[in-house]
Amino acid sequence: MTTEQHSTTHHVMPVRTYLIVFALLMVLLAATIGVAFLHLGPFNRIVALTIALAKAGLIMTYFMHLRYSSKLALVFAGMGFFWLVIMLLIGMGDYIARGTIPGTF
Amino acid sequence: MAHNQPSVVAPYFRDIDQQREANTLGMWVFLATEVMFFGGLFMAYTVYFFNYPDAFHEGSRELNLILASINTFVLLTSSLTMALAVRSAQTDNRKWLIIFLIATIVLGLVFLGLKGVEYGEKFQHHLVPGPHFEWDGSFFYEVQLFFGLYFATTGLHALHMIIGVGVLTYFVFKAFRGHFTSVSYDPVEMVGLYWHFVDIAWVFIFPLYYLIDRTIQ
Amino acid sequence: MTVSSPPVKLEKPPQNYLNWAFGIKSWLLTTDHKRIAILYLITVTLFFALGGLAASLVRFELITPQGDLMSADNYNKSFTLHGMLMVFFFLIPGIPAVMGNFLIPLMIGAKDLAFPRLNLASWYVFMVGGLFTMTVIVVGGVDTGWTFYTPYSSTYSNGAVILAALGIFAAGFASIFTAINFVVTIHKMRAPGLTWFRLPLFVWAHYATSIIILLGTPVLAITILMVGIERMFKIGIFDPALGGDPLLFQHLFWFYSHPAVYIMVLPSMGVISELITAFTRRRIFGYKAIALSSLAIALLGFLVWGHHMFVSGQSVYAGLVFSAITFMVAIPSAIKVFNWTATLFKGTISFTTPMLYALGFIGLFTIGGLTGLFLGAAAVDVHVTDTYFVVAHFHYVMVGATIMAYMGAIHFWWPKITGKLYNEGWGISSAIIIFVGFNLTFMPQFIMGYLGMPRRYYAYPDEFQIYHIASSAGAAILAFGYVLPLFYLLYSLFFGPKAGDNPWNAKGLEWTTASPPPHENFEETPIVTEEAYAYPVPQKAEVTSGA
Repeated sequence: MTTEQHSTTHHVMPVRTYLIVFALLMVLLAATIGVAFLHLGPFNRIVALTIALAKAGLIMTYFMHLRYSSKLALVFAGMGFFWLVIMLLIGMGDYIARGTIPGTF
Repeated sequence: MAHNQPSVVAPYFRDIDQQREANTLGMWVFLATEVMFFGGLFMAYTVYFFNYPDAFHEGSRELNLILASINTFVLLTSSLTMALAVRSAQTDNRKWLIIFLIATIVLGLVFLGLKGVEYGEKFQHHLVPGPHFEWDGSFFYEVQLFFGLYFATTGLHALHMIIGVGVLTYFVFKAFRGHFTSVSYDPVEMVGLYWHFVDIAWVFIFPLYYLIDRTIQ
Repeated sequence: MTVSSPPVKLEKPPQNYLNWAFGIKSWLLTTDHKRIAILYLITVTLFFALGGLAASLVRFELITPQGDLMSADNYNKSFTLHGMLMVFFFLIPGIPAVMGNFLIPLMIGAKDLAFPRLNLASWYVFMVGGLFTMTVIVVGGVDTGWTFYTPYSSTYSNGAVILAALGIFAAGFASIFTAINFVVTIHKMRAPGLTWFRLPLFVWAHYATSIIILLGTPVLAITILMVGIERMFKIGIFDPALGGDPLLFQHLFWFYSHPAVYIMVLPSMGVISELITAFTRRRIFGYKAIALSSLAIALLGFLVWGHHMFVSGQSVYAGLVFSAITFMVAIPSAIKVFNWTATLFKGTISFTTPMLYALGFIGLFTIGGLTGLFLGAAAVDVHVTDTYFVVAHFHYVMVGATIMAYMGAIHFWWPKITGKLYNEGWGISSAIIIFVGFNLTFMPQFIMGYLGMPRRYYAYPDEFQIYHIASSAGAAILAFGYVLPLFYLLYSLFFGPKAGDNPWNAKGLEWTTASPPPHENFEETPIVTEEAYAYPVPQKAEVTSGA
């Protein structure tokens, strides 16, 4: 019995949505394991990370209700990842410029 | 079940909406710090992955892909049951709330158990960094570094799982006593957010450590 | 900010947060943000005293060129202890956990922070961190410097590195808890009508600080954890002998520890904005610029960490980029200083104790900031790296600016916190003594640093002795200046005259409630109808074009 009189802002998603998301996650899991056995060179990594991002996106959007949350939650959810990217980009920039990484200049 | 509504809102909040918004926002803010907490390890991983690609490829092949795949499946399923537990709380369905909470705990424990088996294997194969580390191939130190990061990252992740399981167990008792209703479900929602975050962390750990290169087996 | 809620009724029994409950339990188990602020005030003062003690050992040793007072080893442990305690246990929690904790709910018209129990947990976690650090002293100290550079800290040091690391780890989590509370409280619990651009700048500054704490501190926590793991299990995460890269440690460490400078100085800037407006009786010049520059500092502060690594072996290209962004971060800082001075212009300035601290802050921060530009220029930095020039620079920013603001804040809000007035004469003298003592301590360090005196040395050539003596003499004056307030503030607690609700006649929600504030802060939730610092516009001052 969902009570509407409390003016609560929560949004109850249908069970079907959760199951569909779960099924998609399973497909992505199978895909990421499968791709790992293919010879794709550096694309192995790119595909694996793209799939991981897609999985994380699905979990955050539906399981974590980001779709129905305030914009603010979205900002903070993105903030952690954004700063992580800052750290990785600038930090790796130094390693690439130092020339310690095989395959770069 | 909303007869205890006055006690649901803490005295320093204006109303239940303010309380709920504050609670969820607080959890998201905390998760942002968690991203950076794991982020330090991911930074170390990235640096050494690009510096020692060959060692990381070889080290990765030593990890047990089958167990890890099962574990990924288990953890994703536990996320589903967690989401359904939150939904049961939202819809005042106490029975299913308890069932789904327990299911989540069980799946979490299965994950930890399989992780334990994996760690045991590493001990047997002398792949735990330290004085007993053995590696016949080249890149002794680099491969040891890979395993060091592997244990640090998965260990930190497992620690988060243990904390999650602990909180969930406490919540099962609270659920039995009827603490969670469609009005006062935000603690369940919050632990749910935490659990999903731990799941997401694993979603990245899995390809980064287990799937670096499986083309040669 | 005027408030449409009725003033506190005088006939009511003066219930306040101090007499609301009694007994040690009512303090140790309190969830009242005001009481937790007091707990923090006491502990932070203790750590400051300990850190100061370590500093005086260092200054004593340096009076003579020979290492005669203590061994090199003990000297290393003294300055490490000084740095660790001051940075992690005083400067970082100082203003946020004491003043922010006390004032933010009052300033935004809330009854408490969003998560009071988390707030209490923060203090306990902080105490655990303090306990670890105390244990470090007992078991023989740590000699790595507060920066814990690897591989010295992870492989070679004989000190209690792991214990120290745990202490910092715990202190870090304490500040994360505080920051979560601030962010959520500022977002969700503002009084009706209190829009973002009506917030006091103190609140803006703490919001920006919290963002830095949230995104930076976990990186330090995990880094320091990795050092611990490396030390215990001999995995070479940062040890080049085992395949690791020590520069990675520096990258991760400074990713937090450079922004940590802004964790220390941003709340101070918030304090200064409050003090300047209250004692010039003017609206602050360029409110939005100051508010947004706090956020700009928070963001840019994360992009400049490499300027600590110019000589570390980092690539020159990275150094170039870091140097350029370092100059950029000076812009929002300068915006603040210019706006404060513009606010002073033609204001009705009253030279009270807090105002003296505020003016001291502006001067010292400007010197600290400008010498920061010297150091940000890679070529100059190479010359003065690891000399006393650097030491003087960061003391001007961290001590000169942050502690001036901390002292100013304590004096300004002391009547609100305790309900008592301190003696203004003593206050003014201590502010002057601190200012003189500080400059005498650290100005000579710029000179000897430029002449080549390296930092962290316990013996030195005779030619530097004159500077070291000046510096040590200044430190003695400084110490006297810091001890003085302890006496007259405590005296005021028992014998001081009662402060009214608003002894400074200042604007701001915190001044509309009783002193000390009641347990629930406000009788009724205030409704805000005005912007911050709505002081009457003086007739003659030209607000727009005069400056």
